[in-house]
Amino acid sequence: MEKRELICIGCPMGCMVTVSLDDGKVCEVTGNTCKRGDVYARKEVTNPTRIVTSSVRVNGGTYPVVPVKTREDIPKGKIRDCMKALKEVVVDAPVKIGDVVLKNVADTGIDVIATKDNEMHDVGRR
Amino acid sequence: MKYDVVIIGAGVSGSAIARELSRYQLKTLVIEKEEDVCCGTSKANSGIVHAGFDAENGSLMAKLNVEGNQMMPELSKELDFSFKQNGSLVLCFDEADRENLVALYDRGVKNGVKDLQILEKEEVKKLEPNVSDEVVAALYAPTGGIVCPFGMTIAFAENAYTNGVEFLFDTKVTDIQKQEDGWMICAGEKTFETTYVVNAAGVYADVFHNMVSEKKIHITPRRGDYCLLDKNTGNFVSHTIFQLPDKYGKGVLVSPTVHGNTLVGPTAIDIENKEGTNTTQEGLDQIREKSGRSVKNLPMNQVITSFAGLRAHEDGHEFIIGEVEDAKGFIDCAGMESPGLTSAPAVGKMVADIIVKQMQPEKNPTFCGTRKGILDPDTLTKEERAKLIKKQPAYGNIICRCELVTEGEIIDAVTRPLGAKSLDGVKRRTRAGMGRCQAGFCSPKTMEIIARERHIPLEEVTKSGGNSRLIQGINKDSL
Amino acid sequence: MKQYDIVIVGGGPAGLAAALEAKKSGAQSVIILERDGELGGILNQCIHNGFGLHTFKEELTGPEYAARFSEKVKEEKIEYLLNTMVLDISSDKMVTAMNREEGLFEIQAKAVVLAMGCRERSRGALNIPGYRPAGVFSAGTAQRLVNIEGYLPGREVVILGSGDIGLIMARRMTLEGAKVKVVAELMPYSGGLKRNIVQCLDDYGIPLKLSHTVVDIQGKDRVTGITLAQVDENRRPIPGTEEFYSCDTLLLSCGLIPENELSRGMGVEINPVTSGPVVNECLETSIPGVFACGNVLHVHDLVDFVSQEAAAAGRHAAEYVAAGEDKIFNEKKYVIVPKGGVRYTVPSSINPAKMDDEQVIRFRVGDVYKNRYTSVYVNGERIVHRKRPVMAPGEMEEVKLKKEQFMDCPEETEIIVTIEEA
Repeated sequence: MEKRELICIGCPMGCMVTVSLDDGKVCEVTGNTCKRGDVYARKEVTNPTRIVTSSVRVNGGTYPVVPVKTREDIPKGKIRDCMKALKEVVVDAPVKIGDVVLKNVADTGIDVIATKDNEMHDVGRR
Repeated sequence: MKYDVVIIGAGVSGSAIARELSRYQLKTLVIEKEEDVCCGTSKANSGIVHAGFDAENGSLMAKLNVEGNQMMPELSKELDFSFKQNGSLVLCFDEADRENLVALYDRGVKNGVKDLQILEKEEVKKLEPNVSDEVVAALYAPTGGIVCPFGMTIAFAENAYTNGVEFLFDTKVTDIQKQEDGWMICAGEKTFETTYVVNAAGVYADVFHNMVSEKKIHITPRRGDYCLLDKNTGNFVSHTIFQLPDKYGKGVLVSPTVHGNTLVGPTAIDIENKEGTNTTQEGLDQIREKSGRSVKNLPMNQVITSFAGLRAHEDGHEFIIGEVEDAKGFIDCAGMESPGLTSAPAVGKMVADIIVKQMQPEKNPTFCGTRKGILDPDTLTKEERAKLIKKQPAYGNIICRCELVTEGEIIDAVTRPLGAKSLDGVKRRTRAGMGRCQAGFCSPKTMEIIARERHIPLEEVTKSGGNSRLIQGINKDSL
Repeated sequence: MKQYDIVIVGGGPAGLAAALEAKKSGAQSVIILERDGELGGILNQCIHNGFGLHTFKEELTGPEYAARFSEKVKEEKIEYLLNTMVLDISSDKMVTAMNREEGLFEIQAKAVVLAMGCRERSRGALNIPGYRPAGVFSAGTAQRLVNIEGYLPGREVVILGSGDIGLIMARRMTLEGAKVKVVAELMPYSGGLKRNIVQCLDDYGIPLKLSHTVVDIQGKDRVTGITLAQVDENRRPIPGTEEFYSCDTLLLSCGLIPENELSRGMGVEINPVTSGPVVNECLETSIPGVFACGNVLHVHDLVDFVSQEAAAAGRHAAEYVAAGEDKIFNEKKYVIVPKGGVRYTVPSSINPAKMDDEQVIRFRVGDVYKNRYTSVYVNGERIVHRKRPVMAPGEMEEVKLKKEQFMDCPEETEIIVTIEEA
């Protein structure tokens, strides 16, 4: 029986969670104070995932880049591939919050979406 | 293309000399190794206009100090830089030292300092309620003042430039060779022929002097660390407060600045490295400790920045100004440590006189001795300000929120003659980034304005020229 | 001269929430003055996720959280001015502001909500010795350059301070291609949230060195390296523990300071512990009708709490305006005294007649405490005794007081909030 101690990242509380593993299988999660902690702990020891946030270049926008995120969390091991894929993405203004800027990033099945509006150059600031 | 005069160094001395020479029909060039004027000793000092009681009777330092002090009020108006005659106090903490205070008074009187007085404890406390209770008496010099050292240097240089003096930046003089009729100055591949050389190279003045003369001089970079306090401490003291040197050493000064901050320092640490402008923990600790002798409860938790400057201390502790005996046409302006800033206007005249006497040049018929600084909208009435913003909306856009500097001022700083090229250049001209957040908020915006006005990519904007780029790449470029 | 019932200074999360709640509570003329080019404040550059779990029950990025509020402000047709700097507020609530279009102008307000936010502690304020080259940035400045402008301010990075912005920037810069060599923290504990240590440092193998500080910055033009040293219990560097890190960038994430220059200028009393205004249960400052909320009041960890607090300020501002000439000035004032490890409380006094049925008292502790209790005493009697497994300076705490507990208290009532052992 193997025990692993984790800090839950589900919310800012940061609960200390203990996961008991038997032959790689989770048999118990303790220390969490909500359901989110249980879900996080099980995932973290088997297939850890993260939301990735970054930005992509925008042509003709008020700002030179627009912030983006993976719509859902992606496997931790895919984060670097995700960033590399985003390097190649350039979108045209206007961009609206929620617009898909890249589909199925790094073959994760997850889309990358804009998290902010970026108007055409003359509309916004300056 | 031979120059009449090449000045090495665009600090306060070099710039003051350049401005004086621009009164004549002379072909003058200032060569500076940094990207801007006022980048060495001139930018990191106490900003004090000394009354003139410190220097030995009969010394050049004493003479030029008192002259410079007397020129300052008028000059600050002509050239539009910040200057305030706030008066200074030298505090004496021990009756046993009183004779030294009196000696200082006598020396000052002999040097020609006007209105000196010795004040007793109660009078001192009345003038400055925050001075230490240990004080027993003080030397009061009403003619002491404070000045913006950047403002003064930049004003000299701008005025010289608009009157025809050339400036060459980012150019390091590597060799000086005597020629049949004058001098050849080498800066890497570049060479400049000139009749006169003025050596106003600050801590490097010994290097250039020693290139041409057998009578060697030696300059020690004497580092001074300073702490600058938030403007909310601005009325902590209103006079410049010195300590009378005693068994505890020379002490540090506590002074308001012309912009309303409080300045504390300097230390005096002799070093080898002529570029060693780093502060050290020991230095900063010393300031904290020593300032406590002069004033009570100085709020050192209000420090917004600390910095260090190098005084060009010559072994003889005297200004070395004049044509070098065994190098005709080579004029030293060396050993310009305190009171160098105060003396600069007089130094400019003295050096220019040497050249003018020998060359007998014609007056510059188009010389204009006045210069308008960057407009500070704060000095306008509400109506004037409204009119200005209507005409130039950039004056309605605050970029530096701590010092309330507008986009209009920054554009002016970048686009005016000898304009700013870097963040520090803008800072020294407008104070953008000099406030309590220390450029945290405004630097990206100021960088954009510099890039836009100078037509360069943002990546090329520097903090202080050279390799001081602020941006190192674009996101993901190395992935 | 313009006139508004409520002028809100700052269009960040605090200002937006205050404006919405003021409107909801019946205020008719409300205007937000924002110095930046868009609403949302610093949230616009906080492009990471983790915002809004309390407020929206989902995890949003900073700009998304801001948009939820700014869209509502637009829907509600609340007026706002962008690129507008407030230069001065007089004690009788005359607001002087400036922008490109209107120049210098004045607004007479009946109530003012201060929501200017905070600034980062600078290198100078930290007294770090060394050279002053390019490459020393506050974490927030770097965040703006990377997230809004798309530029990398450095390639090899050392971060001083384990505040949340520093931790978040460690991950952001790593993802964008920089090498973050180490995060050093002066204190023996981290200043940021635990989850940020996990997902920003641990995930990327970035070491965190507690009880360490920067003792030297090298490089004349651009940073070429820094020296770290371990510190003793008095936070003084221990000689012999120096370690050199070559790098081109030093990011500082060493604390935030409420920006109260305007508040000071108008004569609002400032709490030296928080550097924010002293406020009562209505989040009203020492000047009646002037309210404060968000990071200008005290620095928060979570924007959700900023929104809650600001909404309360907005509501009270609207009530103040509605009461008009009839307003009752605080006849009773029970002072809250922070003791035993509690550094401050917000509010710092309550009036039982005006407090909410359940009044939230927020505070921070001065050290790390394990298995302690948060206790509240009223005139010597303990009315709250709540177990807290872990408390740390980096995480804001709260207790709730019920109005009914104070209805029968005598004129001179003292409330103590303290930390106790079991």
